[in-house]
Formats: sequence, structure tokens, C-alpha cells
Amino acid sequence: MIRVAGEEGALLEVTGLTKHFPVRQKGFRRLRGLVRAVDGIDLRIQERETLGLVGESGCGKTTAGRAVLRLVEPTAGRILFRSRRMAADGVAEARAVDVLSASRREMKMLRRDMQIIFQDPYSSLNPRMTVGSIVGEPLIVHRMGRALERADRVREVLAAVGLTPEHMRRYPHEFSGGQRQRIGIARALVLEPQLIVCDEPVSALDVSIQAQVLNLLEDLQREFGLTYLFIAHNLSVVKHISNRVAVMYLGRIVELASTERLFAEPKHPYTEALVSAVPVPEPDYMVERMILQGDVPSPVTPPSGCHFHPRCRYAVEVCRSEAPVYRDVGHDHFVACHRGDELSLQPIRDGDRSGGGGTAS
Amino acid sequence: MTSADVLLEVRDLEVHFAVPGVTVRAVDGVTYAIDSERTLGVVGESGCGKTVTALAIMGLIPSPPGRIVGGQILYHRDGGIVDLAQLPPRGQEMRAIRGNEIAMIFQEPMTSLNPVLTIGFQIMESITLHQRMTKREAKRQAVEMLRAVGIPLPEERVDEFPHQMSGGMRQRAMIAMALSCNPVLLIADEPTTALDVTIQAQVLELMNNLRRDFHAAIQFITHDLGVVAGMADDVAVMYLGRIVEAATVRDIFHSPKHPYTQGLMKSIPSLTRSKERLVPIEGIVPDPSDAPPGCGFEPRCPERMSICRTTPPPLVATAPGHDAACWLYQPDVHLVRRTLRGWK
Amino acid sequence: MSGLLRYAFQRLLLTIPMIFILLTVIFLIIRVMPGDPISMVYGARPVSEELKAEKRAEYGFDKPILVQYGVYISGVFRGDFGNSIRTSTPVLQELFLRFPATIELALFGLLVAAILGFTTGVLAATRADRPVDHGIRVFHIASFAIPVFWLGLMFQVIFAVKLKWLPVAGRLGGEMAFTFRPVTGLYVLDAILRLDGHALLDVLQHLALPALTLGIATTGLLGRMSRASMLETLDQDYVTTARAKGLGERVVVLRHALRNALIPIVTVFGLEFAVLMGGAVLTETVFSWPGIASYLIRSINARDYIAVQGSVVFIALFISVINLIVDLLYSLIDPRVRY
Repeated sequence: MIRVAGEEGALLEVTGLTKHFPVRQKGFRRLRGLVRAVDGIDLRIQERETLGLVGESGCGKTTAGRAVLRLVEPTAGRILFRSRRMAADGVAEARAVDVLSASRREMKMLRRDMQIIFQDPYSSLNPRMTVGSIVGEPLIVHRMGRALERADRVREVLAAVGLTPEHMRRYPHEFSGGQRQRIGIARALVLEPQLIVCDEPVSALDVSIQAQVLNLLEDLQREFGLTYLFIAHNLSVVKHISNRVAVMYLGRIVELASTERLFAEPKHPYTEALVSAVPVPEPDYMVERMILQGDVPSPVTPPSGCHFHPRCRYAVEVCRSEAPVYRDVGHDHFVACHRGDELSLQPIRDGDRSGGGGTAS
Repeated sequence: MTSADVLLEVRDLEVHFAVPGVTVRAVDGVTYAIDSERTLGVVGESGCGKTVTALAIMGLIPSPPGRIVGGQILYHRDGGIVDLAQLPPRGQEMRAIRGNEIAMIFQEPMTSLNPVLTIGFQIMESITLHQRMTKREAKRQAVEMLRAVGIPLPEERVDEFPHQMSGGMRQRAMIAMALSCNPVLLIADEPTTALDVTIQAQVLELMNNLRRDFHAAIQFITHDLGVVAGMADDVAVMYLGRIVEAATVRDIFHSPKHPYTQGLMKSIPSLTRSKERLVPIEGIVPDPSDAPPGCGFEPRCPERMSICRTTPPPLVATAPGHDAACWLYQPDVHLVRRTLRGWK
Repeated sequence: MSGLLRYAFQRLLLTIPMIFILLTVIFLIIRVMPGDPISMVYGARPVSEELKAEKRAEYGFDKPILVQYGVYISGVFRGDFGNSIRTSTPVLQELFLRFPATIELALFGLLVAAILGFTTGVLAATRADRPVDHGIRVFHIASFAIPVFWLGLMFQVIFAVKLKWLPVAGRLGGEMAFTFRPVTGLYVLDAILRLDGHALLDVLQHLALPALTLGIATTGLLGRMSRASMLETLDQDYVTTARAKGLGERVVVLRHALRNALIPIVTVFGLEFAVLMGGAVLTETVFSWPGIASYLIRSINARDYIAVQGSVVFIALFISVINLIVDLLYSLIDPRVRY
């Protein structure tokens, strides 16, 4: 195991993470090009923090989440993870573990600390396994405890996610979408992980159920000291749950800042457009909609320079030729835009005093 | 809502689906009206019956297993009033209305267009079916429609197949197809749900512009309160096969009456307000085949009373133009009000 | 188009290793079978062991099996499939002579299966769970449950022996067998080319029962696939879109659903052809059809190694060419497929 000194405090430190998928032609498998799903992203997640990762479909956010866990093998990059358990076992020092150079055995140990919750509560649970065995399986895989202890642990975790011990003997199809997502959360939780990658955990759920699951995730974070990488396309949900938010476009992070700063002082034109496009449930909410023209370009042949320039209303000559540097513009606010310092972009309007909407009863 | 210029009136509509062993009351007594050139937003979660109601208007309920078992769908046209619920769904008369006077667009732009036919053919097919036009005229009209929905280079795109277009472009093509015969009512079933947020903004803006140009009324079905707030003039909220509240968009958002509507609003995270803890609606939506005998929302309702368990509340006016189906707003019932707080 | 040609060429290249593997397997299997070709040739006749040994040496059967294999394979690559042990004629010549008969039978059998399969399948799907559907489904199951040879015999008994509507066997009747001069060997085509109506009628009458037998025996699979595919297609969003336009149900089914439903069936079509060739072996035997399949059966019985190997290569090539054609047809039906 390679031990590398990670910066103090960061649970996860991702540098230059890249995942390219080859596109092959029919017949004789000739390489046709590369899908640059994730094209060099940097992230740092602090312990007990929620980092939101937003972007539209095809921006690479899901691949990024899986690459962090090595569920897909990254093409390049470095991932440092500070495993509390491996430090305690003496396998690693209280320093970060290099995830990408971990051996099979070490990777298996890391899996206990890094878990994932999937989007689709229907296809992510094996329909032929009982809830008890779905939630308990990770314990068996990692040879943790005896049968009775494992059953106790499963009961404990089910209680934590708001299910009862009677549910153990039932099958996934007997549950509603929201309850299934609770089962998925219980499965992720049972090994007492430090980091959970939440991949669109509420987007398949009905509106009235989403809130239940979001509240549950918040409660669990507080109770077990969890750290979340929260991947979603719904900006309102991401804003609600995240301490910091990263915005992705065509495989790259274009902006990353604390949630308050990102929405109050966006620095990247794409963030501005994304935020202004969200339909707000207030009939009198007036905002200038920055309607982007055209579609997201193909990640096989991304535009030159700044990937966003063909749709950007502020684009100047340099945007066409040079890729902007992803840099800190102060207050831990990162942005990849040539004009990031000079532009004054439209923030989200504060709705607290607009007198409308959802709080009325 | 004014009754001056009513276009479509749905009265006590009931649609049942016969699944082996049970009858699912997908639509269980729905009443509402759409006025000409107005947009009615129909809001509800999955399984509330909003799509089935729309399919009933179109005469497209899959039968078997579905069947309209009661109620009327009164369509006010120039020549008088027709009850669409009484017309044979595959008959001449219904087919002359469907796609012509009342058109519909669907949720999934990726699967709603026929993959083996060109976009142009699919639009022309609608035009030549309902209007006396030669093929050449129809093609010109199809190009014009594509131009109207903002598809660049319509003369070229008209001969393309759906797979050559992005999701947003396909949904524009669907809208072009639906509007090609100048319908008086356009039913849009979650037309932007499958699209990304920036593409959704494009399509919503397009629909807002088109409804002015085409003078069509729109029944806009969605689960997204944000989309409704931006699109609708009037809103009907559905829950478990019934309408629980109906009012103008401002009244719904500024003073929601029904506990379900209130619950929905409190349970969605806000983009514009600073963070506060969400207040979810407890429990889950009951299975429509096993609906509660009284008010459908009773098991989850924080305000429930004993009468709610036994008797479904009627949809009554709580204020001018603001209807709600809730016993809270029936003056007499307050006398026997006994809330069951402390549940869960 | 060049993409299409390149794809076709690549596919043909890929058949070379396939044929090679097939040859190897056949080469070994047939030599494991009991009995040897030389003894079979002489049957019960008293022949000296010397003569047999001489014959064996003539065909190289005295050499080690690897050498035999090498000699045979190198011959095949030079286009020499060797001489039949049973008849002493070149195998290739025999195969070319018989091949058209098999093609003709297979194509007409496929035609019957396609027409019957599609129509019944689509009809069943549009009337799902109604009496018509139930009836058709029983027919489909019966069609692949009934043995081909039994069906052939029944047809012969009913239509040829009892009703005397059609001939019992063969490709040509009476004096026609002496007067008809084939061009391509596909008799239906030849009769048309010769503008001989009399011959055409005779050819078709002879073809009717074998084609029907082979066709019906392979209808079941195609029919069930068609029904399933059509049912799935009718459930697609674009079919709802078509109905929402106000189109009549006939147009919805024929214009919007049918072509899409065909796409998965076309794939089966190629595979179905392999099944059909299996059925052709039995059909040709029952109807004394002078095709490649009945030749194969006779060669196997005589342990005629050389002839069996040649026949198998021919049939395999035929099936892969048909599959290639089917794959190319794909791009005509489905605009999303481009080579």
C-alpha cells in the first residue's frame, strides 16, 4: 500500500480524475474516438460534509461518482482517501490511501468505507433476495460477525432508516419506491462507511416521498458522521442538502463553491444559465431566464477552448481557442472561465420576502 | 374560472381498470373545466390519475383492461356540445376530433416518435389526414411547423429520422406535429419531465409563445410545481383519482387550502429561500386498488377527523373560484371535528 | 454504400475461420463413427482384404489422421473437395448438381413460413387474448411439436394418395422429367425463363407439398416471435402517438407498428434458416427430393467421409450467406442501422 501524505482534514482528495470510454465501430473493432466522460476533475471533500455534484445528462457526473469508488476504472488521476478503519487496523497510517494503486485485498477493505446509493430503487435491489439478506450481504462478504450478530446489525440499520425488523423477511417488490430507497440506504450503511456516493438518490421518487428520504439522509449524516458526494440534476435538491456544490459541464467541473456563494455570486455563465432555467414554484417569481441555445455538444468531439463557448452569451475570442484554467478566485470559490473575475452574473433572487408560495398554510 | 367561454367540461369522470382479481379506480369521479385559450395545470404524483384522465379525453384508454364507467366529457365546439365519453373510441367522429381539434404530446420524446419514419412524414401524416392538402402542400406546411417550433434548417431536418435529433429537438417536433392542425386544445403530458433543465427552459418558453400564436387551450400535466407556476393560469391538484383542489395559479400557491397541496409545497426544497428543514408528507400513496373508503388522503393527513375516514369529501367552493375537497371547509363538520393528532 | 460493402466483405472474411472450425469438427466426428467407407462400398460382397487395403490407400485412409486432415484441408483451399467414395465422382460436381433443388425448396419453405408466420402472428397480437388469438397460438405450438416427416407423410397420404390432387414425390412428373431442360437448376425460375407454362405448373405441383411441409414445420417459431414482437410494438409510445393523431387502427398497425415489429423478427429469420435446413434434410428424404440434404443423408449412411465434409461446408456457407443478406436487409428496415 502506498501511503501518501494527504492534506490535513480532507477525507477525499481527487486530482485530475479522468475517464475516457472508447467508441468502437461495428465489424472489426476499430477505435473511432473517445467519449471524454470525465476529463480531469479536481475535488476535495471534507469529513462530514456534503458535496453536491450537479450537471445535465451526459456531463459525466455519474461516471465521476463511480470512478471515485473505482466501480469504473479511471483512465488517469489520483484519489486519496483517509480511511479511519485502515488506520486503526494499522494497514495504513492516519494518512490518505491512494485508492487507484490499492491491491484487490486493500480495495476490498476500502469498500467498507466507501459505499454508494443508486438512483433506481427498482433495479438496484435483487428481487429474489429478502430485505434481510440484501442488507446483511455486505456483512457476509466482509466476514463481519456471527449470524446472530449480523442479524442484530441488520435490525439496527433497518431501524435507523425507518423500517422495522418485520421487514427483514419480505421481498423488495412488496415495498414502495421510497421504502426501497430506504433499503438501499440501509445496505450502504450496514458496514459503517465514512463516505457514501449518492447517485441521484431521490430523482426516481415522488415529490412527497423525496422529502422523507432527504430528511433521512440528513439525519443519518448527523448521527453517523457520514460524508456525502451527492450527485443530482435537480438544483433545488442539491442546494438544499449540500454544503458545497460543484457544477459539471461536458466532463469538467466549471465551478465549485460553498452553496451560499454559488447561488448568490455565480462566476460561471453556465451556472448562471442553469440556475435561471429552474422553474420556481412561485407564480410571481420574475427572473431573466438565460435560455441557452442549442444542445449539449457530444463529449466525443467537444468544442475547442472552453467547452461552453458555443452556447455562452459572454464568449470572447480567447474562449474559442484556449481552455480556461480551473482556479480559486477567492473564498474557496473555484471557476474555470476566462472572464470569471470580470463578469457580474445574475444570482438567484432571494424568495424569503417575496411573500409567496410554499410556506402559506 | 369563468364559465363564459368553457371549452371542455369533465364531469364525474370514472375510469376503471380491471386487473385480475381487482378493479382499480384510476379516475374516481373527476370534475373540472378548461376555458378557451387558457392553460390548466394538472398536478399530481404518479398514479394519481392525471394521465388516465387525459387519455380518456383523447379516447385512448387501453381497452381492455380500461373502461370509462361513468361521467361525461363535454366538448364545446361550434356545432354544439359533444360528450366524448359516449363516442366510440375508434369511430369516425372521435377520430376526426382526435389529433385535429384536440391534440396530445407525451412525456418521452425519445420513444414517442416512430423510429422508422422521417419527422416530415410523421407531421405530414397528421396534416393530410385532417385537412384537404396535397402532399406537396403538406410538406411545405410541415417545414413551416418545424420552423415555428424553432428547429434550425427545417428544410433539411424534415427528411431526418428521429434518432438523428436530440431529445429537445424531438420534443419540438412532437409539438409541431400536435399543432399542425391548429387544435383548440392541446394536452401536454409531462412534456418536459424527460428533458434536462436548460432544454426544459427552451421548450417551456416555446410553448408559452406558441399558445399565444395558436390560440390553443392547454391542459398541462406535470408533477413539478415549479413548471406549473410558470405555465398555468389555473391549477387542479389530483390525488388518488380525484381532484382535491382547483383554483387560479396564484390562489393555489399563495393560499393552498387542501392539506395535501399544503403538504406538497412544504415538502419540496426551495431554490430561492434559505435552507430550512423539509416537512415531508408522512406515509405513502395508497395503492389505487386498495383506496381508503373515505378521503383518499386521510391516512396521511395531519388534520384528519373521524368523518374523513368514512365519507369522501365533495369538491366545494371555499372562496370564489377556489374549490377544495376537504371536510375542513364544510362549516357544519367543524362541530364534530375531532382530530387524531399524535398519530406517528 | 462503401460502408455496406466493407461490412459485407468483413463478414465474408469472418466465415473463413468459421468454415475451418466446422470442417475440423466434422472431420473428426465422422471418423469416430463406427463403420468405414470402403467396407460400406462393397457391402456383403466377398472382397479380398488386399483389394480393400488397396482402395484405402487410394483414398489415403492408411495414412495418419493428421496427414489425411492436412491433405484434405489444402485441397479445399484449392477448391478441390475430393471424390466421393461411394460414386467416385467429384463431390463438388455432385453438390452443384443438387444444390439448386435445395435452395428452391428452402426458399419456398421459408416463403410459406414467413407468410403464415407473420400473418398469424400479427393477427394474434392485434386480437390478443381473444378466441382468434388462442386458436392461432395452439396452431403455432402444434406446428413445432409435430415431426416434419410425419407431417410430410400425412400430406402425401391425404393430398397425393387419397385426393390425388398433387404428385407424391420428385421434382418433375412423367415425360417432363425427360423433356425439361434446366438452365439454373431452380426449376421454377427455369420454367419461367423457358416460357413453358406447362412445365411451370408441373414444377409448382411437385414443389407444393414439400414446401408446405417444410414451411408449416417452421411457422411456429416465427409466428410466436411475430406475435410477441407485435404485442410489444403495439405497446410503444409512438403507437399511442399515431392513435392520438386520429389514424385508424388499420393504418396504425400496418404503417406504424408492422415495420418496427419486423426488426427483431428479421434477426430470427437468419437463425430460423438453420432450423429450416435441418427440416429440409427430413423433407427431402420423405419426398425423394434430389437435393443436397438427401445427398448428405445417403453419404452419412455410406460413411462417405469426403461427400459428407463437402455437403456440410456447402450448407454452412449457404446459411451464413443467408444470414449476411438478412443483416444487410436490416439496414433497409431500420434507419438507425448504418454500416
